[in-house]
Amino acid sequence: MSELPPGTWPERYRALAAEARDSRIRAFYEAGCPAPETPIRDVPLLALDFETTGLDAEEHAIVSVGVVPFTLEGIQLGKAWHQVVRPRLPLHQTSVTIHGITHSEIEQAPDFSEVLYTLFGYLNGHVPVVHYRNIERPFLNKALQSRLEEELRFPVIDTMAIEAHLHPDRNPGFLKRLLGAEPLSIRLPDSRLRYGLPHYTGHNALIDAIATAELLQAQISHHFSADTPVGDLWV
Amino acid sequence: MQAELLDIRNHIAQYPPFDEMPEELLERIVTTLEVAYYRAGTDILELKQQNYWLHYVRSGAVEIYRRSGELYNRVTEGEIFGQFGLLRNQQVRFPARALEDTLVYKIPFETFQFLWENDENFADFVEVEDRSRLRSAVSRQEKSNELMTAKVTRLISRQPICAPATVRLQEAARIMTDNGVSALLLVDDADNQHRLKGIITDRDLRTRAVTNALASETPISEIMTEELITISARSYIFEAMLTMLHNNVHHLPVMEGDEIRGVVALSDIVKYESQSSLYLVSNIYHQQDVKSLKKLSLDIRDSFVRMVNEDANSHMIGSAMAGIGRSFSQRLLELGEEKLGPPPVPYCFMALGSMARDEQLVVTDQDNAMVLDDSFIPEEHDEYFLALAKFVSDGLAECGYTYCTGDIMATNVKWRQPLKVWKGYFTDWIENPKAEALLNSNIFFDLDGIHGETRFAEELKDLIASKASESQRFLTFLARNALNRTPPLGFFRTFVMEEDGKHQKSFNLKRRGTAPLSDLIRVHALACGSRSQNSFERLRDIAKTKLLMDDDAGNLRDALEFISIVRIRHQALAIEEGREPDNNVRPEDLSPFERSHLKDAFQVVSNAQKFLRFRYNAGGVRNV
Repeated sequence: MSELPPGTWPERYRALAAEARDSRIRAFYEAGCPAPETPIRDVPLLALDFETTGLDAEEHAIVSVGVVPFTLEGIQLGKAWHQVVRPRLPLHQTSVTIHGITHSEIEQAPDFSEVLYTLFGYLNGHVPVVHYRNIERPFLNKALQSRLEEELRFPVIDTMAIEAHLHPDRNPGFLKRLLGAEPLSIRLPDSRLRYGLPHYTGHNALIDAIATAELLQAQISHHFSADTPVGDLWV
Repeated sequence: MQAELLDIRNHIAQYPPFDEMPEELLERIVTTLEVAYYRAGTDILELKQQNYWLHYVRSGAVEIYRRSGELYNRVTEGEIFGQFGLLRNQQVRFPARALEDTLVYKIPFETFQFLWENDENFADFVEVEDRSRLRSAVSRQEKSNELMTAKVTRLISRQPICAPATVRLQEAARIMTDNGVSALLLVDDADNQHRLKGIITDRDLRTRAVTNALASETPISEIMTEELITISARSYIFEAMLTMLHNNVHHLPVMEGDEIRGVVALSDIVKYESQSSLYLVSNIYHQQDVKSLKKLSLDIRDSFVRMVNEDANSHMIGSAMAGIGRSFSQRLLELGEEKLGPPPVPYCFMALGSMARDEQLVVTDQDNAMVLDDSFIPEEHDEYFLALAKFVSDGLAECGYTYCTGDIMATNVKWRQPLKVWKGYFTDWIENPKAEALLNSNIFFDLDGIHGETRFAEELKDLIASKASESQRFLTFLARNALNRTPPLGFFRTFVMEEDGKHQKSFNLKRRGTAPLSDLIRVHALACGSRSQNSFERLRDIAKTKLLMDDDAGNLRDALEFISIVRIRHQALAIEEGREPDNNVRPEDLSPFERSHLKDAFQVVSNAQKFLRFRYNAGGVRNV
């Protein structure tokens, strides 16, 4: 990855816009980024979730994308979007059953490059929110790099990182483990449980995106406030 | 709609009013809603704030307040709030605060309006307040039973057969035979007004004339029944049935003012409804021993289930079951007197509690007492009455009316006393009330004389009616006791949430529903000097006074009817499935219809308890 330009994220976006070759990537940067001191209540957010064939962006590929725009006030289900895409890499049988997407669905699905316009339509002007940034960010960049030969730099709010931050002692020490203590899980469903959020039976990129958006609303109302600067939350 | 949003659609589609909504409307909801999270304790809607959303609780619990700050309702998973303001000026009428961490689906005003215009069921649901919703639920349930919708006049097929009260015995019998009737009305036609004086029936001729070998020239006025029980021509058939059950009479003159319209006989109703529980009652009097009574008692549950399946209301069922229980007691007393000989001094056998209130169901124990004539001398007479009490009590137990665990039975010497002692009991309870003593004697304030000198019971009712309303302290204590049991306000699909946050799997519909209601109705009834025992009749008496506001009595009636009928259905279902009926209901066994209206009903109970505490200054016991 190239070196990140200096300054705040809005300043970086301006610099990156000038360097961008692809018009879609330029438009993304030109749509701008809120200043880090902006209260989270005023920030347009986009929950984003990929279903992938595995955990390694170098080896595995995206099979579906789910996004939903939201603010602290509401998650806009009417503007939610879900798309199955055809991976270039061979599909692993195991993960196909996990995601509940059939082979024929994937065979008929467009390539990731064909849905980029739509995806950027959602991303532009929004701060992405994910649960575990080490999936969404590398997979997105890998997909962009192989298709546009460019990468995308952006701040992201990671609800899993927030949970990790809230529970620094989540792994019990040796003695406590001996006494039966279990590590506190910061996986999406387990984290949601701590905030009284319901269990979703369905498992797909869109439901997970919605679940992530709800989790961020819950985290902010329990541990932060609507006035918390977005710069304190993103990484 | 994205197929991936099915999870959300399916959740909404489970609950009224969305459960009957066409697919395209559900889709419109899902594709326009917004999701929002509220931490426990945060305000969701504030009074007079502008609000453009209908709120649907996806998970958690929300408390709704009146503008006075008083708790109005609790809504949980699958329920909506915020609709009242939306219907008017989009201004919040009932503020809402998250009781638990809550996830809300907010349905925008435009969608709300669209649903309101295109779905009648939805419009009805959001327009009526919970209490009127309860009322339409109750009337929807009641409409189908013919006994309840047909007037008693439908059973009158001929002109009444009357004779002057001056006729002789033989002449009266001839008139009855000639006209083929089982009852003859006797009138005083001195001034040609045909004023009803009495009635004589086939049974009377057998038991009073033939048995005593009366001369055929005996004036009929000597043996006719003069304390007539009649019924108004405006009454429904079921009311005639209740009257017969309650008074154990088989013929009722039907009156329009002073004018006689006809006579309705037990057999007319049995013909009209061949499987009537009256049939069971009339059979009870033909049984000659405890063993055959026991055998007959097996039919009680069938009779109960049949009435439930015929959509009888709770008043009918409660009265019919009490009527059956009363008949068993009466027949056992007759058999006991045959065995032990005539009583040495006059006495009255009293039913207490639910039987006296005409609110008995199938799971019931026996609560009874004896009032003896004041000439009673324990050393000489008590052996007889103890034996009689024991005979009846054992017989009732044989027939399925289990012994009272609190020992409130005539076999207990304390509850087998002369009238003057009973008057002393009631006077003491009323004039020197003590919480503990009253808790145990509550049941005595629902009393009914069912055999023997029933005027003793009437004297006690008079005493209660005149003294109770005068003693504020007594009413305060009674009100406090009535607040001991509270309805469950927060129950969810699978559990009940108690005030202290504990979760229960089930709740007792009697202890948490019908009992607190009849307790609080009793307080108001005693306060206004009512002599009625049945809760519905007490409510009618209360409604005539200014004791309650506006339509509170009507709301209480609806709540009592709904909770009772759910309890009754629950028991009937258990019987049909071969299980032992009880009062414990798990929320998951209730239909969404029942769950939703039960909540409304419990809300009515809770509000009524608050009012009770305030009205009788019974505060400081427990926060409801």
